[in-house]
Amino acid sequence: MTKIILFYGRIGANFFVHFYRVCAYLGAAIGQLRYMHFYRRQVIEQMYRIGLGSLPLIMGLSMFTGLATTIQTAYQISSYIPKYIVGSIVFQSEMLELGPTLMALVLAGRVGAGIASEIGTMKVSEQVDALTSMGVDPVGYLVMPRLLAGVTMFPIIIIFAVTVAVAGGHYAATTMMGVSTADFVRGMKEVFRFKDVWVGLIKATVYGGIITLLGSYLGMETEQGAKGVGMAATTTVVASSSFILIMDYVLTRTLLKFY
Amino acid sequence: MIEFKDVYKSFDENHVLRGINLTVNEGELISILGPSGSGKSVTLKHIIGILQPDRGEVWVDGQLVPKLSRNELQELRKHIGVLFQSAALFDSMTVHENVGFMLRMHTKMTEAEIARRVTECLEQVELRGVEELNPDELSGGMRKRVGLARAIVMKPDYILYDEPTTGLDPKTAIIIGDLIARLQRQLKITAIVVTHDVKLATEISDRIALFHEGKVAAVGAPEEISHSDDDMIRRFMEGQL
Repeated sequence: MTKIILFYGRIGANFFVHFYRVCAYLGAAIGQLRYMHFYRRQVIEQMYRIGLGSLPLIMGLSMFTGLATTIQTAYQISSYIPKYIVGSIVFQSEMLELGPTLMALVLAGRVGAGIASEIGTMKVSEQVDALTSMGVDPVGYLVMPRLLAGVTMFPIIIIFAVTVAVAGGHYAATTMMGVSTADFVRGMKEVFRFKDVWVGLIKATVYGGIITLLGSYLGMETEQGAKGVGMAATTTVVASSSFILIMDYVLTRTLLKFY
Repeated sequence: MIEFKDVYKSFDENHVLRGINLTVNEGELISILGPSGSGKSVTLKHIIGILQPDRGEVWVDGQLVPKLSRNELQELRKHIGVLFQSAALFDSMTVHENVGFMLRMHTKMTEAEIARRVTECLEQVELRGVEELNPDELSGGMRKRVGLARAIVMKPDYILYDEPTTGLDPKTAIIIGDLIARLQRQLKITAIVVTHDVKLATEISDRIALFHEGKVAAVGAPEEISHSDDDMIRRFMEGQL
């Protein structure tokens, strides 16, 4: 019994230590925003890599989520429910949930693991120490540009993702389900509220922050060579995905209730 | 001038530095010799403030390093060039970008001026036409030379060499050793070479500091150290420690 308590106690203590350190990195990265002009090249480069680099994958996958959501919705609704509802459900579920959350889970792998392994490799090969020795703050040079790119580019990626998903949903609805374009658009118009767009974009911003911050933190804390780099990448994907799903609940509950 | 006054440093239960006292004079090249784990590289990291001592003082140019603010520390680091054991070249950048990195970050030089200075530094380490290569296209010796060019690009007052010949074949190690000695003569920079290469240390140094179990066991001119009667020093110099 004592062993079990000690085991879970250690896990709990480790969690709080890491949580504190992540918050410290976040604070340091926000502090580095003062030196934006100094790191503008890195910020633009990261925006390009995280934003533009992710777009083809996200748009391709969004098309399939749109198609699947429509087919699923059409399958679930009864014959006496008007078909234009398909448009309503596809739009709202893509904007509020599937667009930001599902795509963030994909990006946790593509962006998060990439950041952790890149910074982790730099850490174990003394490149981070080299940066420090050259009078360049590694948080300013490596963490802040990625974090800033994450929180600014994720919402833009999600706008594209939702647009493509709705287009995919429209295609499935009109070609496979016998729903006319007019009905599909009518369904979307009936439920459209700016509030939903904001909720989706706020979620995307928070997820972008979680993924890039955790990837950067775990990369900067990497030790033990190649094994450590692999662990940092894996832990980033697992931790980011977990936090995304937890924050999905928190944000959905909070934003839809009060916003 | 660099001074260590009674510096202690531990990592958990591992007491790496146990009261280091050492003065590095202006313009001299001092080698820190010692077996693995004697605290040589940890000592270097205290000079640039990557590590803070648990106790004691580290002075560089009359500034107490552990007490410097973030900005003061960054300013100090611009005057110190470091050649890392692995060269630590940024693998996402070309040789040109690596060598010109500090100029781009800390000066208002134009790209043409940076290119000129980069070429000049590469020529000082006897490299030509490698500007557009990536670090993974370079041999071990070339990587060290690019690292050295990067270390001198800001015309530093100090250069710290961390195991400059480790991992190199004997011929390349001699070339790197000659290069360090030549740069020292040409640039008159205060330099600290951390190494376990006795031959390199005796050939290029003005003085040698021998580290043993986290303390400075002996300091003196290479001849004094080489001909010491002390049993521990003799055993180390003969490669038995």
